[in-house]
Amino acid sequence: MSVVTSHEFLDKVVQATPDGKQIRKCLQCGTCSGVCPYGFAMDYPPRSLIAALRADDWHGVLESDTIWLCVSCFACASVCPSKIPLTRGLLSALKTEMLVGGSIPAELQTALGNSRRYGNALGESPKKRADWAKDFTVPVPVMATHKEPVDVLWFVGDYGSYHPRVQQVTRALAKVLYVLDVKFGILGPEENSDGDTQAFTGEWGLFELLARKNAIAMKKYTFGEIITADPHAYNALKHEYPRLGFDRTVKHHTQYLVEHFDRIKPLLQNRGAQRVTYHDPCYLGRANDNNIYAEPRQLLQAIPGVEFVEMSHNRALSICCGGGGGGMWLDGFSWEKAHTRTTEWRIKEALAVGADVLAVACPYETPRFEDAVKSTGNEGKLAVKDIAELLAESMFG
Amino acid sequence: MDIVVLIKFVPDLVEDLEIDAGTGLLDRSFLRLMPNELDDHALEEALLLKERHGGSVTVLTLDSGDVDETLFTAIAKGADRVIKLTGEGFDQGPSNQRIAGTLRQALSGIHFDLILTGTQAVDDLDGFVGALLAEQLKLPYVGYITKITAGDGHLVVQKEYPGGLNAEIEVSGPAVLGIQAAEKPPRYVVTSKVMEAMKTARIEEIAVDGVTVDTEVPVSAMALPESGSHAEMIEGNVQQVAQKLAALLRERGVVA
Repeated sequence: MSVVTSHEFLDKVVQATPDGKQIRKCLQCGTCSGVCPYGFAMDYPPRSLIAALRADDWHGVLESDTIWLCVSCFACASVCPSKIPLTRGLLSALKTEMLVGGSIPAELQTALGNSRRYGNALGESPKKRADWAKDFTVPVPVMATHKEPVDVLWFVGDYGSYHPRVQQVTRALAKVLYVLDVKFGILGPEENSDGDTQAFTGEWGLFELLARKNAIAMKKYTFGEIITADPHAYNALKHEYPRLGFDRTVKHHTQYLVEHFDRIKPLLQNRGAQRVTYHDPCYLGRANDNNIYAEPRQLLQAIPGVEFVEMSHNRALSICCGGGGGGMWLDGFSWEKAHTRTTEWRIKEALAVGADVLAVACPYETPRFEDAVKSTGNEGKLAVKDIAELLAESMFG
Repeated sequence: MDIVVLIKFVPDLVEDLEIDAGTGLLDRSFLRLMPNELDDHALEEALLLKERHGGSVTVLTLDSGDVDETLFTAIAKGADRVIKLTGEGFDQGPSNQRIAGTLRQALSGIHFDLILTGTQAVDDLDGFVGALLAEQLKLPYVGYITKITAGDGHLVVQKEYPGGLNAEIEVSGPAVLGIQAAEKPPRYVVTSKVMEAMKTARIEEIAVDGVTVDTEVPVSAMALPESGSHAEMIEGNVQQVAQKLAALLRERGVVA
């Protein structure tokens, strides 16, 4: 049943979200709106949204489309003194109402339509999901044909599987796993998008559809634990899939590699001095208090020749790359509304601390930040590399 | 106004197409099918008309084995009835002549004031379904439509011509209209609504057999396009270009 008043909407959020009742305790302090990267361009940043809902201005809220600037980065939720689940609850629920009402930017509709039809947001052939591993130097077993139990089921994800730039990260990680003699396998064509970002666009039904397909595929095989280089997949598998009856241990690749730190360290060689800074992905850090801050830094600092420097916004204060919550599929819309890109702010921060390399740990980030290096006119001055790539470079040259 | 929307399932070009070496035709064994994009626009235009003027929307498709989700999605978007036609060889990509004959037979038992379908599809080898069906039903047909407005006892349709020309055409009585683009992009319907439709709605089935076709164009062989090495630009005035072109065509054996 669709919502017809603000109060019914608030009731729905309270009932449907863990800790949803906290929304009744909003102090109207505005910390959320202040920390929101796109708050300046939104008609209703979180504080104003709650004020409008309390004033029963549901019509006004639905008239505005700037909720689509929300990148679900958890910045607001992480600073809220009343612990209101703003990102997971309020903002994604409003996006759901927008979708139900048919108010959806065309580019987002394409990504959601692709996700439903092909199981990936990029609209690529599901059959070609493992093509990145074809004729690759390292064997990458696909579970359907491997027929043997594995220790590690590697959830590669949409961008890791299909995006030409992110495929390089995927191949680097495959080489690292191989040299560590990890018994791993991938789902290949049986894998679907993890659905996390689709959920944070408000399309929870699509999330469930994708999650159930993945759960059915994974339940067919015997494996020890799941690893992924995608913080969104990590977040979904850790916090959302258990709700649907699939509860298995999942680790981000940086967590998994730190566990094998003693074996990695002797393989790392000095390939030259580089000043490296690190961008904390929202879904490794702030989101659901995942708080994976130490492991990526431990790996980077172990690479001989690396001088590690922090940017001013780090850990829980990291600035979103703009790809979450559907932002990955709303570039045109976001530019039209805000005339700025958070990636560009980040590139300037990295350059300000004199970094040669911006290290990342999320598949959205490599292409987004590389674009921003170019769009800020800094091509050649800053390299963007996933931690897996930096490790592979140090190991194999 | 009772509107029937025709949806044809066509090869999804996200997968590589392959030619069966034995038959010389499209290898359909691993083909992925999707609803023709312009048929989706036809459905959108029908839903807009229903929202403005009332009536009903019925969606009709030949069952090629993979149509249920599209039909349930149509229900979730606002269609009233969804019908799949069952019969021999529907999953083998029947010719448009045969599709039109099949639809005509099924439509004999369905009331309609208007039939909408996409103007064209990627796999049209023998004309357009809408035009062929209109001919068989002895109804008027207008294609390349981008807007339909209901007037007093008639419809006004906007038709696109090449070169940026548009025409407004008055259409009365039952007719078949080929949609080039709906007034608005086809709507998005959330997955939960599609799932709900799967639980509550019913897909009707009509068995159609014994369809006869007067003329059917046989396909002798298909081939994937070959990429040439370069394009040759013919320079000169009209006379010179025509002479060079004629010489080239003779040289390549296209004309005697």
